[in-house]
Amino acid sequence: MIELVDVSKHFGHLKALRHVDLEVPAGQKLVIIGPSGSGKSTLIRCVNMLEKPSSGRVIVDGVELTALRAPVAKVRQSVAMVFQSFNLYPHKTVLENVALAPIVVCGVKKEQATEAALTYLKRVGLSDKADKYPAQLSGGQQQRVAIARALNMHPKIMLFDEPTSALDPEMIQEVLEVIIDLAQGGITMVVVTHEMGFAKEAADRVVFMDEGRIIEDGTPEHFFENPQHDRTKLFLSKILR
Amino acid sequence: MSDLIANIGFLQQGPFAIPRWEALFSNIDLLWQGTIVTLTVASLGLALALVLGTVLGVMAASHWRVPRAFTRAYVEFYQNTPLLIQVFMIFNALPMVFSGLFIPVITIGILGVGMYHGAYISEVVRAGIQSIGRGQLEAALSQGFTYVGAMRYIIIPQAMRIVLPPLTNQAVSLIKNTSVIAIIAGGDLMYAGDAFAGRFGHYGPTYVIVGLGYFLMCFPLAMLARRLEDRTRVL
Repeated sequence: MIELVDVSKHFGHLKALRHVDLEVPAGQKLVIIGPSGSGKSTLIRCVNMLEKPSSGRVIVDGVELTALRAPVAKVRQSVAMVFQSFNLYPHKTVLENVALAPIVVCGVKKEQATEAALTYLKRVGLSDKADKYPAQLSGGQQQRVAIARALNMHPKIMLFDEPTSALDPEMIQEVLEVIIDLAQGGITMVVVTHEMGFAKEAADRVVFMDEGRIIEDGTPEHFFENPQHDRTKLFLSKILR
Repeated sequence: MSDLIANIGFLQQGPFAIPRWEALFSNIDLLWQGTIVTLTVASLGLALALVLGTVLGVMAASHWRVPRAFTRAYVEFYQNTPLLIQVFMIFNALPMVFSGLFIPVITIGILGVGMYHGAYISEVVRAGIQSIGRGQLEAALSQGFTYVGAMRYIIIPQAMRIVLPPLTNQAVSLIKNTSVIAIIAGGDLMYAGDAFAGRFGHYGPTYVIVGLGYFLMCFPLAMLARRLEDRTRVL
């Protein structure tokens, strides 16, 4: 479903990604872990081309996005992203946030998109907030709206870029519960997170990154109980106390 | 008492003498006609400036190099040359380049202030777009919006709120700047006033009333700008 081949990304002198290869089969729940600055956000942003790789190939759902004149916008319709800072549209109500892109981008009828939006808002427990504006909601609620907005695109792939890092501690759980619930379904998920509990509970596979490389790749059991790399052991010893 | 008034010389003669005021007010419909021309040039010029400014502003804020370079050149040209020269160019030079081309003077005014303020408005729009966080564009792009679609539905509606006060100030300057067409016999308020004043030498009262006319057109907009500014500060 997602294939990165020899992907590198440089920001000036900084090498954020160094020759990364990664293949994510359909339906897999992949969690990417690593210290800050390890390149995990850059990696996930390369999947939907919010970052253009400096070299290498990105293939998503059979389409090579790094090719010249690739239909990037078309592919993005089925690759939803949830951001660390929510990025809801502040001038639109919650309901409009969720329904807008299906109507404008995909050409779904307004009533149909609105009805679907209400269904997804209910699923994230926020149907009573449909007419509010994002600024009237708590961080946790905003992030759940962002998830509903992503779901209303009926994506094949969902990308989560540190979805709980900007949240107050008491709100992390309500968002994680929604994501864990989603992980029960068949959708392909890539999640960048610092939530080890989430990785243990919901992931099929954990990838550990450091200095722009993938240095550990395996099941959650392997990762938490039997890490191979010293860097991984050091990271885990710091994070799991 | 009446002796006193009669002896106040400047009411009897001089630039502001009462007969001059009377002459002006009995010909006030000349100024009305000029006002209508001024309002026409201002409103159509503003429409042109808004369209130009929005398109150029979006181009200037984009990551496409060629449109960005073009808007930069456009803005620098219009901001750093006098409006008067630009109007003279349209008035004198264009008919020489395209021989026989006749441009009505009102159209020259509309093109002149429209293109000139289009440059300023594009800078306002560009700044407004750039004040919207990068995350908004990324969210829209990640949902499959094209760049232009993201601008139209997500970025520009948000930028508009920020941009409205400086935009209103631009409208005020645009109204005042329509007076340049007086120099090419534009038939606007300034021209109508000047023509009347010159004929009989009633400069004093005429310029006062013409100035008041511009003031009455601009002041409400300036007040609106201030109110909009207060509102954006609250938000």
